Amino acid sequence: MADAVLSTDPPARRVITRPNAVRRFFQRKSTIAFLMALPLIILIFGLVIYPAFYAVYLSTLRKSMTSVAWMRNCAWLPDVICTYLPFGNMQFLFTRETFWKVVYQSCLFAITAVIFKALLGFILAHFVHNIPAKGQRKWRGMLLIPWVIPPAMSTLAWLWLCDPSYSAFNYVLTGAGFDRIPWTGDANWARFAVILVNIWVGAPFFMIMYLAALKSVPDQLYEAAAIDGANWWQRIWYVTLPMMRNIIAITALFSTIVTFANFDIVRVLTAGGPLDQTHLFATWAFKLGIEGGDIPLGASVSLFMVPILAVAAIFILRDINQRGNEA
Amino acid sequence: MRRQTLSRRRFLAATAITTAALSSPFVRGAHAAGKLSIGLWDHWVPGANRASTEVAQAWAAKEKVELTIDYIPSQGNKNLLTIAAQAQAKSGHDMLAMPTWWPQAHADQLESCNDIMTQLIAQSGQVNGTVQYLGRAGDKWLGVPATIGSQIKGPCSRIDLLKQHAGIDIQAMYPAGSAPKADAWTMDAYLKAAEACHKAGVPFGVGLGDTTDSVDTAGAFFQSFGAALVDAKGDLTVKSDAVRQALEYCVKVAKFYPADAPAWDDGSNNRWLVSGRGALIMNPPSAWAVAKRDAPQIAAQCWTHGMPAGPRGRFSPFLPYFWNIWSFSPNKPAAKSLLVALSQPDAVAKFVAASAGYDIPSFEKLTTLPTWAEEGPPKGTLYHYPNPHNHQTLSIAAAPAPPKIAQQIYSQGTLTKMIVRHLQGEPMERTLAWAESEVEGFLRT
Repeated sequence: MADAVLSTDPPARRVITRPNAVRRFFQRKSTIAFLMALPLIILIFGLVIYPAFYAVYLSTLRKSMTSVAWMRNCAWLPDVICTYLPFGNMQFLFTRETFWKVVYQSCLFAITAVIFKALLGFILAHFVHNIPAKGQRKWRGMLLIPWVIPPAMSTLAWLWLCDPSYSAFNYVLTGAGFDRIPWTGDANWARFAVILVNIWVGAPFFMIMYLAALKSVPDQLYEAAAIDGANWWQRIWYVTLPMMRNIIAITALFSTIVTFANFDIVRVLTAGGPLDQTHLFATWAFKLGIEGGDIPLGASVSLFMVPILAVAAIFILRDINQRGNEA
Repeated sequence: MRRQTLSRRRFLAATAITTAALSSPFVRGAHAAGKLSIGLWDHWVPGANRASTEVAQAWAAKEKVELTIDYIPSQGNKNLLTIAAQAQAKSGHDMLAMPTWWPQAHADQLESCNDIMTQLIAQSGQVNGTVQYLGRAGDKWLGVPATIGSQIKGPCSRIDLLKQHAGIDIQAMYPAGSAPKADAWTMDAYLKAAEACHKAGVPFGVGLGDTTDSVDTAGAFFQSFGAALVDAKGDLTVKSDAVRQALEYCVKVAKFYPADAPAWDDGSNNRWLVSGRGALIMNPPSAWAVAKRDAPQIAAQCWTHGMPAGPRGRFSPFLPYFWNIWSFSPNKPAAKSLLVALSQPDAVAKFVAASAGYDIPSFEKLTTLPTWAEEGPPKGTLYHYPNPHNHQTLSIAAAPAPPKIAQQIYSQGTLTKMIVRHLQGEPMERTLAWAESEVEGFLRT
């Protein structure tokens, strides 16, 4: 190689320029960034993108998985087009009573849980924010516990608290002279129980995000508001909330997606019962696809979450972008 | 480029080496018959897996096969997920234990076991109707009925409570060591006993949820009335008199079950018995085994026996496991040889003993093993568990519908949902219309 470097021969010069080009390519920030992100890209491709497309493929198959589930007799499309659309499973689902029950329950579960998680998280964040810095870390740590325990495990404890026959809550209630509550045996109580557990698990996430946002609000704004004579509520409404809007929107979006796709809490606490009254898309998809052996129908149910969540994401992210541009 | 030429000397040398290699004696190594990977059900009786490991590894050592055994639990449906994943990937274990409906669900991907089933039936006797229904697609045996995990979910009653509150001497009806004298054990007697025990504050602990224990009991009751939602030809029979009759009876008796029975899962009935709160549950002897460990005074009062008889006979839920060989297995002969070894009477007796009588072989000559007669306390409590006198028909809920339809009825808990809907005040005709619409959906192919 040393000879080649010293030589003035033109072909030898070409030899030394090549390694430099390769080196330059590998020294580019974009190349390094790509290479460093490559393991994650491979993971996302293998564990998210490929399964997602595979789920789409599965959802187009008939129950026997040997042929395509074409649509039939569409009321709103001519047969020429309808019979060439591979969404027969989706068409079938629209005719099922349980499917619409699941749609209703998923919306009720996600919306109610997110609203209460946000509210509780907001209140907790304020409490923690007002605790003197010395003891704050302790409280933050304790309040995060429900969020850091795997939900499948903590829900087991809730199951024992709400067990149909041996509920610890009922033990206390009956001891105090009240009637037993069918926590998982009655549709409304069962819905209440799964939403309650979801709020318990998810509220700390909101709290920590809101706490971070609260800490970033400049004190001068509050001082100015105080000088202007703003009361506690006005300071929240005109200073805190506008400063936290983006974090509230992003947290709500993220939580809506996670709550909508929830599986473990419902699976452990009620398994979708009684009478399918607490099933969500994910738990019903599992019931149909894995327990019932109808994988294409299960895949179709799970895919119904995608458009609903995509619409929510588009609206919220567009709002955030608009406000970012205004700023 | 230099051209290669084949000289006479080189030709002779190559020929000599090849001939020597081909004619050299075959040296049988430690794993000469290749590798075999199997997935067995992870037994919940402590120590039961050891028996299957010993039998399988003894076979592997004899046949010079490198054997790998994975125990896959049914908790969280891990076994179902494994089956689904391997079926999709067309890769995985050579042989896999599949519960009830799954061999039929993957019938096209399973190796025919006709050859070994013929041999095993000749050796140990015919298998029951439920095994034939679930394990055979047309003329093809989809696997071998496994002893490990197969169970009957009949009643396990409290001797003292039934005698005290319902006036039933269950040991006299089902005496240890001899044939049942259970003509009086009918649906009417069951209803009266349920009512009496409910009044006494020790209700029958029968679930109405959509997990297997609840569904199996409802299925057996429907069959006792000759009621099926879909017949063997695949025709809808929801709005039949038999279904109306069965539903009416089930709702009548459900009023005497615990109020929270619609929310019960497969563990609820076990806890009901062990805690001493009920006079009867429908379960294999696992609940009794837990009671033996945790509440021996309750276990000493438990007696496992047959189902009550309905107008169309006496039906008991039977849930067999199967050992199945995937068609993509690279070592099918070894897998078949292992299945034969696992189904030998000695191996079966070992599995039954290791599971304290929980496991039931499907072959008729193997239902009178000493374990069931000897287990206790009380001694003989499991004698009638394997149906030794064939006094009841072993069945599975939703049969005789074609298995792929029946699986949907079963897994969606349609029967128990019908009972709960009607129990909660929905008019019968509306419940039947709902069930018909559900089942119509299951008919899609």
